[in-house]
Amino acid sequence: MNWYHYASPSTFYPLAGKLVPWFAVLAFILTTVGLYISFFVAPTDFQQGEGYRIIFIHVPAAWMSMFIYVVMAFWSAIGLAWNTRLSFVMARALAPTGAMFTFVALWTGAFWGKPMWGAWWVWDARLTSELILLFLYVGVMALQAAIDDPRRADRAGALLNLVGVINVPIIYFSVTWWNTLHQGSSVSLARAPSMAQTMLWGMLVMALAAWMYTLAVALARARTLILDRERRTEWARAVLEVKA
Amino acid sequence: MLKFLFTVIRRDVLLAGRRRGDWLTAQFFFVMVVSLFPLGVGPEPGMLRIIGPGVVWVAALLASLLSLERMFADDYRDGTLEHMLLSPYPNTLLTLGKAIAHWIINGIPLLLIAPLLGIQFNLPTEALRMLVLSLAIGTPILSLLGSIGAALTLGLRGGGALVTLLILPLYVPALIFGAGAVEGVLSGTGSEAHLSLLGAFLMVSLLLAPWVSAMALKVSVE
Repeated sequence: MNWYHYASPSTFYPLAGKLVPWFAVLAFILTTVGLYISFFVAPTDFQQGEGYRIIFIHVPAAWMSMFIYVVMAFWSAIGLAWNTRLSFVMARALAPTGAMFTFVALWTGAFWGKPMWGAWWVWDARLTSELILLFLYVGVMALQAAIDDPRRADRAGALLNLVGVINVPIIYFSVTWWNTLHQGSSVSLARAPSMAQTMLWGMLVMALAAWMYTLAVALARARTLILDRERRTEWARAVLEVKA
Repeated sequence: MLKFLFTVIRRDVLLAGRRRGDWLTAQFFFVMVVSLFPLGVGPEPGMLRIIGPGVVWVAALLASLLSLERMFADDYRDGTLEHMLLSPYPNTLLTLGKAIAHWIINGIPLLLIAPLLGIQFNLPTEALRMLVLSLAIGTPILSLLGSIGAALTLGLRGGGALVTLLILPLYVPALIFGAGAVEGVLSGTGSEAHLSLLGAFLMVSLLLAPWVSAMALKVSVE
């Protein structure tokens, strides 16, 4: 199979169209199974009670938030190096989903923190760097939105994305160090409690569901972006006419 | 090569010297932001001493952002920038020179004013010395990283507000290590580690930032 065949927007568009429903269905099934495990199968935690079930949403969201930023940087690097239009489209299509997961991670974290720590927010290293990650997502999206010329918007966003990905470890390290020096909160997320097997399964299934959701949404968004950019080409016109 | 670099720096510094109004705005902004904090949180000397280093550092970040937009914008508007990019010298030298000039114009005055503001916040002498030292290492980072933001947002609507969104998250390590160094003196835990890390961050930015902002300039101008 020749992968380069699908590097062109005109061939990628129908492929993505075929894949989106599959990923969407998978995401739906996995979410249902994952939520069932999370709410009915997984045992109640003897320390945290029922409130711990938030982690079934929180942990996959946090994983995805970081992973998507790295994937975006990967597509940005490929796009800048080989000047492939599709890579920029993928990087751009992923950004809103990544920002959404970052926000969900922060939000569910706050809901978890209130009963467990007694505070909606503490300046823990992980929380702080997740917040800064949200700022980085917002920065990339704001820059792309501010530039009308798609070519320039793609490249500028990709550059900022790469600078961000170099900075993320430095930020994480500096925030961790800042946090330990201040000794503000005695709570730490780093001491992960050993979990029951079913809890782990619930989390993994939810993580897979988040993956499938991301793929479905990103591909659907990429399709719209491709149509918008290629609207003057013949194949895109043909697609649009069929739709109309 | 060096001559080109010096020419870029000299030109920007001269231009800033001829237009003192623009240049003084950022400095007074710095002073005012710092002076507003005691009005907001109260004049208690103990508390001011605790928040002082952080406040001066945050104000330094904001003041450096305020003047970023002009780093390339004037030259872009009258077409000088395109000619500079067409010159046979590497574009990284141009962006490096612009960042150094920005530091000379905006960073060095901050170093001179900072001790006065530190006195207002009741900081002891050793802490004042450390404040100036940390700013001396840290403000070049702000100019270097800022040059990336200025190049990316060149000629955009609302570029000034946009550049703050892009660049402030990247400033976080400089803020933590810079303010941390001064606090290390205050709390007696030492500040060598903070200064070393700040210096390391400066070296990384010095290596990468001119290169990235040269690429960003090309993207923005073409």
